[in-house]
Amino acid sequence: MTETVEHAPTGLPEHPMPRATGCPFDPLPALRDLQARRPVSRVRIWDGSSPWLITRHEDVRALLGDPRISADPRRPGYPHRTAATRARDQVRSSFITLDDPEHARLRRMVTAPFTIKKMEALRPSVQRVVDDLIDRMLAGPNPVDLVEAFALPVPSLVICALLGVPYADHDFFQRNTQVLVRRTSTEDDVRTANEALTAYLEDLLAAKQAEPEDDLLSVLAEQRVATGELTRRQAADMGVLLLAAGHETTANMIALGTLALLEHPDQLALLRDGAEPKQVAAAVEELLRYLNITHSGRRRVALEDIEIGGELIRAGDGVILANDIANRDPDAFPDPDRLDLGRDARRHVAFGYGVHQCLGQPLARIELQVVYNTLYTRVPTLALATGIDQLEFKHDGFVYGVYELPVTW
Amino acid sequence: MRVEVDQPKCVASGQCVLVAPEVFDQDDDGIVVLLDTEPGAEHEEAVRESAAICPAAAIRLVQE
Ligand code: HEM
Ligand code: SF4
Repeated sequence: MTETVEHAPTGLPEHPMPRATGCPFDPLPALRDLQARRPVSRVRIWDGSSPWLITRHEDVRALLGDPRISADPRRPGYPHRTAATRARDQVRSSFITLDDPEHARLRRMVTAPFTIKKMEALRPSVQRVVDDLIDRMLAGPNPVDLVEAFALPVPSLVICALLGVPYADHDFFQRNTQVLVRRTSTEDDVRTANEALTAYLEDLLAAKQAEPEDDLLSVLAEQRVATGELTRRQAADMGVLLLAAGHETTANMIALGTLALLEHPDQLALLRDGAEPKQVAAAVEELLRYLNITHSGRRRVALEDIEIGGELIRAGDGVILANDIANRDPDAFPDPDRLDLGRDARRHVAFGYGVHQCLGQPLARIELQVVYNTLYTRVPTLALATGIDQLEFKHDGFVYGVYELPVTW
Repeated sequence: MRVEVDQPKCVASGQCVLVAPEVFDQDDDGIVVLLDTEPGAEHEEAVRESAAICPAAAIRLVQE
């Protein structure tokens, strides 16, 4: 296969699109238009190429579950997010960017801590983390930035304990992860941040191999690196993926979710008034569906010709599965722009779909259930300390959210 | 109703266990384990939802 960069004919919609002006939670009307009129259509991306954008819920699920598409960014035609991610993905390969059978072999090495039973067993310690942070917040200055005081520490503390990463290093790994998820980061920025994180994880793995503890990095070091099944570098790549995906996403769900609830007081009230565990679980699914923090689309490339939505995707064509707009598809979710914590949103694609569907979803669910069930009950007067129009949203992030959320109580 | 699971396909998402805990469980590595191959009618809806929600299409219902 030779690499041909297609120069898009003028008039193709540009991707990514910003959120709607006026509502920081809603997709742009143009994207909705595309979903209604041409649910499988070409868009133009930063490098001038024109991959397919898939916008309907049903089509997104069908293609993400289709073995004829590949998640491997080293294949020609893959629709890279930026020049910097293109450069990074040529040298790095954790399982999120590999296809089966290699993807399955590596993913299965780290699924054990994420079973529903193990996650349920973790719930009390997540509750303690959340309670402690709220205690500390209430004893500290008011107003405070909820991102810094609460949203980032909760998942960071939890993933650190699970992996065996010292939480004392949180400034280091949070800062470098921020670089990796920003569209505006240069190639140099990304390479430096990635190298720093990987070297850090390699050192940790070496230490764990010498002195194992009760955590996932020790398991990887003892059972996979020591046996030669993985190089230390490969294990470190996995560690970076788990550490980065394990805190940045959930943190954004906590802060942006809180903002959305403060803007929808009738919905917030449902969580405050002693909600049943089932209702809290449903609320988490609905907020995942409604907020769509992983809004830059799942990226894939076709391995064979695929017919879908009346169009023919050719082998080698890039494909962007727009899980954000798919979660607002009226055919899948009636009245899709309404935040309705009582609806059944379980079929959302906020965690993706297919073999790459989020590995950490059981953990994210427990964290979000505990947070949404605790924060607003313990701090019933929680309110935004600034106007919503003063907030800086992560329009430049691969993961959406707010940079800061000043709150008062 | 008979249920079949395809363990090699399972990606350990745990979704079926959340939806139908009386019918599905996971082994130590998170791979699906079938607790009941012929669940009663009271579980039919949950099993259907599990099959629909499974990201790996690893759950199949066989209607008899
Ligand atoms: C609310 C929080 C989260 C959201 C919205 C989220 C979203 C996603 C999405 C959309 C994917 C699919 C990627 C693709 O198909 O290309 C994914 C994959 C992944 N996520 Fe998450 N995630 C969250 C939390 C977590 C947590 C807490 C962890 C870690 C412990 C984690 C670890 C991973 C990993 C390792 C993958 C790659 C799976 C694979 O390729 O097989 N995520 N996540
Ligand atoms: S829902 Fe599917 S992939 Fe997830 S654990 Fe059950 S069988 Fe496995």
